[in-house]
This record gives sequence, structure tokens and C-alpha cells, in this order.
Amino acid sequence: MTVTTTGASSGTATRRTRPVKAVPRLRSARRRPAAGRPRRSVLLTVLTSLVLLYSLVPLLWLVISATKTQEGLSRSSGLWFDGDFALWGNITETFTYHDGVFTRWLLNTVLYVVVGAGGATFLAVLGGYALAKFAFPGRRAVFAVVIGAVAVPGTALAVPTFLMFSNLGLTNTPWAVIIPSLISPFGLYLMWVFAGEAIPAELLEAARMDGASEIRVFFQVALPLLAPGIVTVSLFTMVATWNNYFLPLIMIKDPDWYPLTLGLNSWNAQAATAGGQPVFNLVITGSLITIVPLIAAFLLLQKYWQSGLAAGSVKE
Amino acid sequence: MTTLHPPAAAAPQLAPPPTRRDRRSWAGWGFLAPFVIVFALVFLAPIAYSLYLSLFRDRLIGGTTFVGLDNYTAALQDENFWASLGRVSLFLCVQVPVMLGIALLVALALDSGRLYGKSFFRISIFLPYAVPAVVATLMWGFMYGTRFGLVGDIDDAFGLSLPDPLSPGLVLASIGNIVTWEFVGYNMLIFYSALRVIPQSLYEAAEIDGAGQIRVITAIKLPAIRGALVIATIFSIIGSFQLFNEPSVLQKLAPNAITTDYTPNFYTYSLSFSGQQQNYSATVALVMGVITMVIAYVVQLRGMRKGA
Amino acid sequence: MPKHSRRLLGGIGLLTALALGATACGGSGDGGSDAKKSVSAADVQAALKKGGTLTVWAWEPTLKQVAADFEKEHPGVKVDLVNAGTGNDQYKALQNAMSAKKGVPDVAQVEYYAMGQYALTKQLTDLKGFGADKLSASFSPGPWNGVKAGGDGIYGLPMDSGPMALFYNKKVFDKYKIKVPTTWDEYLAAARTLHTADPKAYITNDTGDAGFTTSMLWQAGSRPYKVDGTKVKIDFADAGAEKYTGTWQKLLDDKLLAPVTSWSDEWYKGLGDGTIATLAIGAWMPANLASGVKNAAGDWRVAPLPQWTAGAHASAENGGSALTLPELGKNEALAYAFVEYANAGKGVATRVQGGAFPATVAQLNSPAFQNTAFPYFGGQQANKIFAESAANVADDWSYLPYQVYANSIFNDTVGKAYVSHTKLADGLKTWQDASVKYGTEQGFTVEK
Repeated sequence: MTVTTTGASSGTATRRTRPVKAVPRLRSARRRPAAGRPRRSVLLTVLTSLVLLYSLVPLLWLVISATKTQEGLSRSSGLWFDGDFALWGNITETFTYHDGVFTRWLLNTVLYVVVGAGGATFLAVLGGYALAKFAFPGRRAVFAVVIGAVAVPGTALAVPTFLMFSNLGLTNTPWAVIIPSLISPFGLYLMWVFAGEAIPAELLEAARMDGASEIRVFFQVALPLLAPGIVTVSLFTMVATWNNYFLPLIMIKDPDWYPLTLGLNSWNAQAATAGGQPVFNLVITGSLITIVPLIAAFLLLQKYWQSGLAAGSVKE
Repeated sequence: MTTLHPPAAAAPQLAPPPTRRDRRSWAGWGFLAPFVIVFALVFLAPIAYSLYLSLFRDRLIGGTTFVGLDNYTAALQDENFWASLGRVSLFLCVQVPVMLGIALLVALALDSGRLYGKSFFRISIFLPYAVPAVVATLMWGFMYGTRFGLVGDIDDAFGLSLPDPLSPGLVLASIGNIVTWEFVGYNMLIFYSALRVIPQSLYEAAEIDGAGQIRVITAIKLPAIRGALVIATIFSIIGSFQLFNEPSVLQKLAPNAITTDYTPNFYTYSLSFSGQQQNYSATVALVMGVITMVIAYVVQLRGMRKGA
Repeated sequence: MPKHSRRLLGGIGLLTALALGATACGGSGDGGSDAKKSVSAADVQAALKKGGTLTVWAWEPTLKQVAADFEKEHPGVKVDLVNAGTGNDQYKALQNAMSAKKGVPDVAQVEYYAMGQYALTKQLTDLKGFGADKLSASFSPGPWNGVKAGGDGIYGLPMDSGPMALFYNKKVFDKYKIKVPTTWDEYLAAARTLHTADPKAYITNDTGDAGFTTSMLWQAGSRPYKVDGTKVKIDFADAGAEKYTGTWQKLLDDKLLAPVTSWSDEWYKGLGDGTIATLAIGAWMPANLASGVKNAAGDWRVAPLPQWTAGAHASAENGGSALTLPELGKNEALAYAFVEYANAGKGVATRVQGGAFPATVAQLNSPAFQNTAFPYFGGQQANKIFAESAANVADDWSYLPYQVYANSIFNDTVGKAYVSHTKLADGLKTWQDASVKYGTEQGFTVEK
């Protein structure tokens, strides 16, 4: 079931990288004033703009295509608008097509993200805290096992997982999507590193001296200190859950429990059935609607996760 | 399983989290238990089950029989499997350096402070990361069309006849392009973050030496973010070896260029779902898992030794 | 070792045991008992009266209305219609459910080509005991042959069929003054004329499609698969296959086939703008053209499938599916009642109304059906052509008992002929070898 990850090839890579940089956090790194304010370079800006174009043109294609009707898509070129501007019509149709099932998929996705990504973050925080702040047998082995498991291609594990979940009566229920989403090895590692850095042992000791229970120590002392790390981990688990595709594909057969990715795929597949109706315009508009909340989250939370990333640079 | 972006194989050693052995061990396990229990359910149990499955053969005629290690012998001699591994290795050797190279250059450009509109660049180049792999592949699939897609438009506009990006010779590059598009911004952000926390004192020293920009990059910046570079490489290995979404979505557009055994992960998928060869599929997956771990570990050891 | 970790290990052990438990009952191939089930008409009536809920896995869009009507007629019955994916996706889900022995639907849509495997492993209920054999005269030969799935039983009732016809863009044909081909030789000539006149236009698209190729072989008189229980023979070198590969190789060599994959966005565009001028495809296609290629309404017409011998009337089935009763489904009497209603009863008219192409002789021969004018085809009474094609389908074709797998590797093997210098005949040979290999591995006695 790593499948979702699979595509993520480098994404996975990167994700993990972050903790590494979390390490230098303790060292000081105020932005170098000594260099003064370097002069802006037009040439460098133009060169970087090439990468910018590369990143944005496909998104532009998506936005432009979302303004076209099914017929408009067939008759106009991809990177320019068709005569009639059908964006609003497409959006309305996306939300009303098949008795408004898109809304249901959207809500399902929100449910999976809130419970799945929220739970994943919570488990990672608990686990990371344990690994960083407690000495117990088997601690080092935990991570080795986690990593080894992740290296096994997930597609082959899909059927065994399905059979197990089926035996537990979990298939075709939201739990079949949520439970596997609860594991974020990256989140665990990040929180491990982060908790080690951000929580001074003396603080914990002091709380324990006062007679606070471990649970209380965690919630009242540790948790607030972990906030920036938590925001960062939840963003990543959120992207992963939001974009989850392969696992629900195996586990969920009832369209009422589809997440957006699966629902859109079923609309896309509809074009290939006898008697089916091609609705590429709705697939495209739906895709756009699907990524808008994620982009919005990134933009709105920018301050937090970028501060999380740069946490090290502020700390003296 | 969305979230299981693999943490780097021996990542903990890369950046040993400072541990303080403070507390009674039961409390530690108590906090870790929820994660471990769910992990056992969704990872360890299916893997254990796969190990068990890999010792059997199930046939349409004749049912299930115990075959010992036969499936493993077969996998090691399976040309299709090795061919798919070769393909992802090639992918790894070309796509990963290109992607990480671009990401690093952009990160250095951002870090140099010489760009106009820095934060706009930063967020825009990062945006494709939010696009689901399935949607990204659909988008690029449309654009790759030589008749009505972007490629077709370019041909029409300039009177060219560009080669078909989905032809067998080019399709791997086309997949590489999609993956690069999806993750260049992400890697850029990671490198950039690592650059941001380089201690000021290092720059001051360089200034006293009168080092130029290039010298600062090669002597200070790159060594300082070596850890980030190594980990990005390790994860790209795991990611490349598990390539699945992009080829599987593109296959619908390029059925003859992307075979059902195109990548190891795709191969196990086809074996399992089209061929009903769950047992053999499990075997191939386990073999692939071991290979991935070994390679990731070797790269990590080498990378860190040089780094140290 | 601390208490907690021991408990934890216990938990892991439990989970593993659970997983292993799943294997134990997940072993496939023993779908059900051999005992023939028998359900009488009275049982069916009783079940209808008693009511209950039926789970139906199907992607056929017209079933929605049929299910609603059925519920209305039998107030105690609730039909839970689930689209569990189209074709292959649904089979994967079905196979998973059958392995888990849980969540298997009461009724499942299965295409004819895919039935063999389920029939062989006894995962579908033989409907002979339900009186289905008495319906043999109600269905046209191709689909009826389909539900027998190469065995003795009747493993479903035909839902739709796809007797082949040639759909062509009359506007394009008129523009270049091309005569509608009646033989494949004429078709080849038309392909050349068209592509010469307009290098952007192609007679048709083909990037390698197992369903299309097997249908073409069927029409050409080739019988590559011979199946007798667990004995299988595969041969892609008979006279019929040679006729097909000869002509198609020429189309490939001269690049006369648009390299556009069917059902893609580009394909719909090509059908609309005249760059894909014909389709040799099943009779269910009109609904797709009407909804997917609206801008070409009035341009298209239907003609009989071109022939290998001038003046002949050979045809073949392309696609089509049946409703089946999985062995592990529940409520069989009620399920059969629904299947009969949908495929042999009142549901058929409803589905035809909705644009489906029937498999029942009564509908195919009825004047109302045959005289239906298709506005999309400029008022042409296309059903006359389809009905004739249906009657001309040779009913001695059989698919492999593992055709789903075979089709999945079609593009790995035959596909090479479409993108390289590999010859089509050689591609078919590779496909044959791979199919033989798989069959042998799966325990079939395979003769080359």
C-alpha cells in the first residue's frame, strides 16, 4: 500500500530531509547581516523564472481547461480559452452531477483527512515524544523495523491487507481508509528529532517533581513546546491523506464512501463504458476543486510551516 | 497508506536524536504503543502474511500447494523482474540527479538574496506538490497528446513534428518529467531550509578570507547541507524503486509503451490483480524490499562517511 | 522485558494469526459445492413476496431505472445498485471479495470474455437449476454462447450484446468521395485514399486492443482458443487469423491507423472532428457517440461490417455482458428474479429505451425496435443493421478460461506490432506463447 508513496518518489525523500536540518537548530543562525543586502540580479531572476514557468504552466492548463465545456475541450487548443466561458457552469455541474455526489466525496475526504491525518499526527507526536524522552528496551529497533517495512512495495501487500480488513469487517467502511492513514513514519521521525530538541529534560523533571502524572506532563508541558513541529507534520499527513488513491481503490466499493480522488477517477472511467457519458470537463473542474483546498492550506499556513522549517534559525 | 512516506533507511544515525534516558520504560512504551499497534496491523501483519503466502503456489486448477522457496528461485531468475528493476535503476540515475540538481540551483538562487519576488518564487515552485499524483499524471497525459495536446499545439504553431512523448523510447523520460515536476519544488524547499540555518560564523570566516560567491557555495553551503542531500538521494532511491502511480495512469494512454511489468511495483500489482498470482507477487515484493533496503543502506553509509 | 512490550508482542502475534486465518479461508478455487442448485418458479415468487435487499454490482447505467421499477413492482425488495468499477476494476474487487468470502454481491455484471474463469472455478451459480435453460431461444446466439462460458452450465443471463457494425463518418466519406467499404480489401483501399487526401485523417484508430482483435478474428473465422474443461489449445496461425493479420499488417505498415487509444480524450476529439473516420465496433456504440461526440451529430452513419469474402454475412460480438449470481451471494431466488426481470423480462424494454443494445431475440426482431430512427445518424434505422449482424454471429467461438489475464498482457506482446517493426503475426505468436505459459503454470493442460 505504499503505492501512494510510490509516486511520491522524491517527495518522500524530501520529507525526510527536514529533520536533518532540524538538527542545526541549536546553533545560531541569524540571517547574515555581514554580507549586507546583496544586489538583486535580473539575470538570476529570469533563469529562476524558467523553473517557475515549468511549475505553473500545467496548472494554468488545468485552470483554463476548467473553463471549457465538454465540446469546448474538443475544439479548442489546450492553452487558450474557448469561446464560451463555462467555469461557473462546470462548477455548478460538478456539484450537482449524479445527485450532487461530489459534495459527498468532498465531505468524505474531509472526514478522512481530519480523522486520518489528525490521528496520524497525534500518534506520531506521542511516539516521537516517547522515543526522544524515554529510555526503554527495543527503542532503537522500532525505527529499523518501521523502515524495513516501508521498503516493501505496497501494491503486493494490498491483497493481504484487504483480506485481513475484510475478516475484521472493515472493508467498505471509512475505517478501511482511516486506519492505514494513521501511520506516518516520516511524522514519527520528525517528531522524534523535534521533541529531542524542543523539550528540555529539566522542564519534564521539574514537572515530575511536582507530582504530575506522565500524561499530564505530556499534555501540559511537552505538547505546547511541540506546536511548530505538529503544524508541519499535520500538513504533510494532510497532503498524503487528501491525495490517497490506491488504498481506497482496493478497500471501498460503495461510491458513498469514495474520497475525491476515487470519485474523479470513476467519472474519468465512465467515458470508457458502453452507454457511459464522457464528462472530461467535470473531471478537470473536479480536479481543480480538489487541489484548491490544499493550495489554500499551504498559503494560509505558510507562516507556520515556514517558521517550523526555520525554527532552528531563531533559536539561540 | 498514504502517510507512509518512508523515513530514510538509517536516518536516525544521520541525525541522532538526542536522547535522554529519563524515565521508567513502561511510560515510553505506553506513549509509543498506539503507533506500534496500528503499524503492526497495517504493515507487519500483511508482510508476515506475504511471507507465508510466498511459500505457496495457488493455481486455477489444482488449488494451493506448499512449494517452499520455489517462488524465490523463480523470482531471482525472472527476466521480467530484472528488466523492470533495470528500468527503474535507469530512471533513478537520470531523473534523480536532474531533479535534485534543479532543486538545489533554485534553492541556492533563493538563498543568495539576489532574486526579485523571492517568496513568490518559493511558494509557486512548491505548488505542484499539492497536486495528487493521479491528477498530475492526467494533466500531463493530456498535454503530451501529439494531436490535440500541448505537444500538438506546439507542432501546429511552429510547423514542427515533435516526437511522441508517449512512444516507447521516450515514455520513461516523460514519466521522469512528471515526477520532476511534482517534486522539484519540494526538494527545493528542503534544501532552502537547510541553507537557511547555516551558522553565521561560517560566512563571517569566509568573508575574512575574501571568498567569492562560488567559493562560498562550494566551500560552505554545500558541505553544510550534505545531510539533506544524502537523505534526499536515499529517499529518491526508495521512491524510484516504488514508482507506480505515474506509469499506471499513463498506461491507459500509452498501452504499448508501458507494459504491465514496467516497474517492479507495477509488476507485483499486475501479478496480483490480473494474474491472480498473489503468492508469486508477494515473493517479488519481498525480494524488492530487501534490494531496496540494501541499496539505500549502502548509499547512506557511503554518503555519510564522505560527509564526516 | 517490561509488561507492556510483552503485551504488545502478544498483539502482533494476534494480528499475524489473524492474517494467517485469512489465508486459511481465503484459499480460492473451491468456490462452492458441486451440487446443482434448483430453484423453482414458486420459490422465486415466494422470495419476491418475502422481500429483502439485493446487492447488485454493475456499471451498466440503464440498470438504475430497471432497479427502481423492480422495487416499485415488488415493494418488499430493495435493490442496492453499486458501481464497483468498470470491467477489470470490478473483477479485481469481485475476486478479492470471493477470496475473503465476505462482501460478495448477490448479482454481478460480468463480460462474456471474463466468465470462463469464474465458471471454471465454480464461483458463479449455474442457473440451469433455475430454469434458465428454457430461455435459450429468447437470446441471440452470440450472447447465449457467452453465458455458457465454454462449459455445460448457464452462468448468467445475457444483459447486452455487441454485434459488430461499421460506424462511419458520412461527411468525411462524402467529402473525399469514398464509397462505404463492404469488404476489408475495400476498407484498406478507403484507408489509403482518405489518408492521402488528408494526412491528418485516418480510417480508424487502433493502438492494440485485445477485445477488438479477438472480435476481428472471430469474424474472420479464426478460432484461436479451443477449450474443453481444463484442456486448452491456443493457435493464432489458422486461416482466419492469417486473413486478419494480412490486411491489418498493411494498415500498420502504411501508418493508416491513428495512434490514438480508444476511450481517451483524444479519441473523442478525433471522432468529432473527422480525423477518425470509421469504427468497427459493437452495436452499443450509438449511446456513446450521442453523449460523447455531440458536435458530430448527423455526420455519422452505420453500415454492415466489411466482409472477408465479398457477399458474405459474417459477424462477431464485440463486448457485451451478463448478469450473474456469484456462488457466495445470498438470496438466490430473489437475485434470479431480478436478473430475469432485467434481462429477459420487462427490464429489457426499459434498458433499450435508455440506449442499451439488447440480447433478446424478441426485442431485436420487433418492428418497433427495428424501425427506430436515430436522429444522431441522420434518421437512419440503424437497428436493422445491428439486428441482422446479431443473427449472423457464429456461435462456436470460445474464450480462454483465463481470458482476463490473457487480455491484460495483450499490449505487452501484440502491442509491439503497433510501435515497432514487429509483425502482427509475430506479436500474436508471442501472445500465444505467454498465454500457453500462464495456462500451464495454472495447471491447465495446454496444447499448442
